[in-house]
Amino acid sequence: MPSDPFTPGLVAGRLPLGEIAANFADLHKPLDDHEALVAADRCYFCHDAPCITACPTSIDIPMFIRQIATGTPEASARTIFAQNILGGMCARVCPTETLCEQACVREEAEGKPVLIGQLQRYATDRLMARGGHPFQRAADSGKTVAVVGAGPAGLACAHRLAMKGHCVVIYDARPKGGGLNEYGIAAYKATDGFAQAELDWLLGIGGIEVRYGQRLGDGLTLESLQADHDAVFLGIGLAGVNALTISGNDRAGVSNAVDMIAALRQSDDMTDIAVGRDVVVIGGGMTAIDAAVQSRLLGAANVVIAYRRSKAEMAASGFEQDLATSKGVRILYNVAPKAITPNGIRLVRTENRAGKLVETGAEFELPADQVLRAIGQTLAGAPEALVLEGGKIRIDANGRSSVKGVWAGGDCALGGEDLTVTAVAHGRDAAEDIHASLQRARHV
Amino acid sequence: MADLTTTFIGIKSPNPFWLASAPPTDKEYNVRRAFEAGWGGVVWKTLGEPGPPIVNVNGPRYGAIWGADRRLLGLNNIELITDRPLEVNLREIKSVKRDYPDRAMVVSIMVPCEEQAWKTILPLVEETGADGVELNFGCPHGMAERGMGSAVGQVPEYIEMVTRWCKQYSRMPVIVKLTPNITDIRQPAAAAMRGGADAVSLINTINSITSVNLDLFSPEPMIDGVGAHGGYCGPAVKPIALNMVAEIKRNPETADLPVSGIGGVTTWRDAAEFLALGAGNVQVCTAAMTYGFKIVQEMISGLGQWMDEKGHPSVASVVGRAVPNCRDWQDLNLNYVTKAKIDQDLCIKCGRCFAACEDTSHQAIFDTIDGARGFLVNDAECVACNLCVNVCPVENCITMEQLAIGSVDPRTGETVREYANWQTHPNNPAAKAAE
Repeated sequence: MPSDPFTPGLVAGRLPLGEIAANFADLHKPLDDHEALVAADRCYFCHDAPCITACPTSIDIPMFIRQIATGTPEASARTIFAQNILGGMCARVCPTETLCEQACVREEAEGKPVLIGQLQRYATDRLMARGGHPFQRAADSGKTVAVVGAGPAGLACAHRLAMKGHCVVIYDARPKGGGLNEYGIAAYKATDGFAQAELDWLLGIGGIEVRYGQRLGDGLTLESLQADHDAVFLGIGLAGVNALTISGNDRAGVSNAVDMIAALRQSDDMTDIAVGRDVVVIGGGMTAIDAAVQSRLLGAANVVIAYRRSKAEMAASGFEQDLATSKGVRILYNVAPKAITPNGIRLVRTENRAGKLVETGAEFELPADQVLRAIGQTLAGAPEALVLEGGKIRIDANGRSSVKGVWAGGDCALGGEDLTVTAVAHGRDAAEDIHASLQRARHV
Repeated sequence: MADLTTTFIGIKSPNPFWLASAPPTDKEYNVRRAFEAGWGGVVWKTLGEPGPPIVNVNGPRYGAIWGADRRLLGLNNIELITDRPLEVNLREIKSVKRDYPDRAMVVSIMVPCEEQAWKTILPLVEETGADGVELNFGCPHGMAERGMGSAVGQVPEYIEMVTRWCKQYSRMPVIVKLTPNITDIRQPAAAAMRGGADAVSLINTINSITSVNLDLFSPEPMIDGVGAHGGYCGPAVKPIALNMVAEIKRNPETADLPVSGIGGVTTWRDAAEFLALGAGNVQVCTAAMTYGFKIVQEMISGLGQWMDEKGHPSVASVVGRAVPNCRDWQDLNLNYVTKAKIDQDLCIKCGRCFAACEDTSHQAIFDTIDGARGFLVNDAECVACNLCVNVCPVENCITMEQLAIGSVDPRTGETVREYANWQTHPNNPAAKAAE
C-alpha cells in the first residue's frame, strides 16, 4: 500500500512524483522580459544608493537595474558579475529582504522594495544563457595559489585570482564543487542543477583546476599546500555540527538537518527520500527553515519548528518565517528541547528574564517520528597552526590569517555570516589582497 | 452638479468633450458608440474630394513612445484622410446627426486649394445637417505633399483665402484647424480670423519620427524598410498645445477668437487646463484610441467634481481664467524669492535631489544631516530652480517656500523687496527708470 502524508513513521513517497516536482519548483518564477522592465522601472537610481551599501559585495544595483530597463540585461549582468561572480546564485538565495531590498528607499516609501533579487536573476540568467564567459584572464603571472574549498568563498577567490593571471588549484573534500550552494540550500531555491551549471560557467575563465575528494587534514596539509603554492586561501566552511545533548538523541529518526538538505539536493527522485509524519525541527536559522519547509513539501503531515528564543530573535528572516508558515509549518517560539522520547519530543517553555533565557519548567510533548537538528554548524578540520577567535579562523580586514601566506574567508572565518554573498565578498577581497602581495613579491 | 453644457460658436453640446477628427470618427459605427459612451460631440474624420478616395499604406500607420509599464506617452501616425467614399461618409453623418440631435456634429474637410473644390463640397456637407465644418489645415504628412493639410496651414494667405471661400459658400460655422509646424502660431490664427473663421482648433499633429529601427536603420513606423515622418500626438504634446492656445488668447488681435483645444487631452484635468487657457471646449483623440470611448465618463465626472469643489458654475465661467496670468518673462517678479524645503518626514532618502543639484545645478543640497544619510537644502546656495522638486519621486516632499518681503535672502545677503522685474533691473542695459 502506498504511503501518504498520514502514514506513521519515516517513510518515502508520501506524495506522488508530480506533486513533489511541483512543490520543489522554483520558489520565485523567473521574471519575463516585460515583468523585468516594469520592475526595473521602479528603481529611482538613488544617489549613493542604500542598496549598494547593504550589499556585502557592493554590486552597483541602480546601474544594473538601469541596464535592464534600457534593454541590455547582458551589460547589466557584467555589472553584477564584476562585483560578485556568484551573482546568479546570490540572486536566488540571498535574504534580500534583510539586505538590499530592506535598504531600498521604496521599502521605506511604500513597503514594496524594487525586486532587486529577481532582477539580478533576470540579468544573470540572460548572460549565462548566452554561453561563454564574460571576463578575460590576464596574462599568466607564473604564480600559483591553492584554494581549499570549492564553496562560494573559494570559488569567488579562485575566479578573481584567475582573472589576475594566477594559476589556481582548488581542493575540495566532496565529490562535487559548489559547497553549500550544492549541498546546503533548499532545493526550490536552486533548481535545475544551477549550482553545477554556475560552477562550470565560472570555471570558464580558465586557469583553475579543481581536485575533488581532497580533504584538508586527510593527506592534505597546510604545510604541503604552502610548499606547493605561492599563497593559500582557506574557504573550508563549517563542516561540523553542534551536538544536541539531550536524552534520546540517538533514537532512530533523529538526524542533522544539513544532511537531509544535502540528500534532497543530491537526489534524482525525491519520492525515495523518507520523511516523518510528525517532524520536529530544532533551531531557528535558515537551515531549520529549509529542513522544515522541505519536510512539508515531501508530504509530512505535521511539521513544527521548535525555537528556544522569540520570533524577533530568530536568525531566519521574517520573509523566511512567513514562507515556512505559508507552507504549513508551525513555528513554536520560546520552547527548548528537553528529551527525545520513543514517539516524540519533550519541550520546555522558555522566557527572557532580564536578558537571560530561562526555562519556565512548563513542559509538554509533541509527537515526532522524525527530529531534525538545526542548531548550528561549527568549524572542523582547521589547521592547528591557525589562531581561532570565537570558534572561527581569525582574519584581518584583508582576509589574512595568523599564518603568513594563508588567507581565509567565508563561513569558516571570523565575520562570516553564513551567507553566500558574504562568503563571495570574503573570497573576492582576499584574492585582491593575495594578488597585491604576489605583485609586491615579484617586485622585491 | 456643475453645468457642463457648452455652446461653442453656436454649436451646443452636453459637455465640452469632443472627439477630434481622426480614426475614431471615421465611420458611423464608431461615432454612434462614442455618443452612447457620452461624448459631447465629434469632428468627423476629414472628407476629401468626390471621386476615388485616397488610399492608405497597408503596413503600420502608427509609431509610439512609452513610459513605465508601456504607458503610451506619444503616438505618431501616417494615416491620411478618410479612405472611404465621400457619399458613404455623408450618408452616415446624416444618419447619426438625425439620431443624436443634441450632440455636436462637425465635419472636417480637406480639398485642394481651388475655389471650385470648396464650393462643391460645402453644400454636400451642409445637406447632412451637420453643425459646422472644420478645415483641416493641419495634417502634416502625405496630404501636405499634395499641397493640402499643413501645406495650407503654413501659409497664412492660403488660410485666409480658403476660410473666406468657406464662409462665402456655406452658412455653417467654420473652424480652422491649425498646424503646430510653424514658428509663430499667432500668424495662422490671425489669418483665419481675417478670413472670417468662427473659431480655430489646435493643435494638429507635430512632424515627428518616433524612433529608429537600429537593426534596419529605418524610421518607425517602418514600411518595407523605410519610413516617412508622421504626426505626433498624445500626452507628450500637451505642453506644446497649451502654449499655442495661450499665445492666441494672449494676442489682442485674436484674443476673442474662439478656440477648440486639442493636444494630449487624456484626463479631465488636462481638459480643465485647456479651458483655463481660453479653449471653449476640447477635442480628444489619442486617449480614446488608447483606452476606448469610456474614458469620457471619467472626464465628465472629474471636471464636474472639480467645478463643484471650486464653485465654478459653468464651463464658460472657467474658460480663459488663466489667460491674464500668462505673461512675458520680463514681467516676472525678480523679488519673488523662494527656497526649496525638504520635508524630512516624507523624504525617503533616495538622494535624487542631491544628484541633480550637485552634478547639474547649484550644489545647494547637503547629503548628510548630523553625519547620517539625509538631504537638506542649503539656503545660502539655493537659487530656487525647482529641479529638486521635479526629480523627487515623492509628491509634495520638496516644496518651494517664499521668503517674506523684508527678510534676508541668505544666498545674496540682500533684503527681499517689493515687486520688481527685469525691465527696471540695474543689470538691464535697456532698463527703464522706475516711474
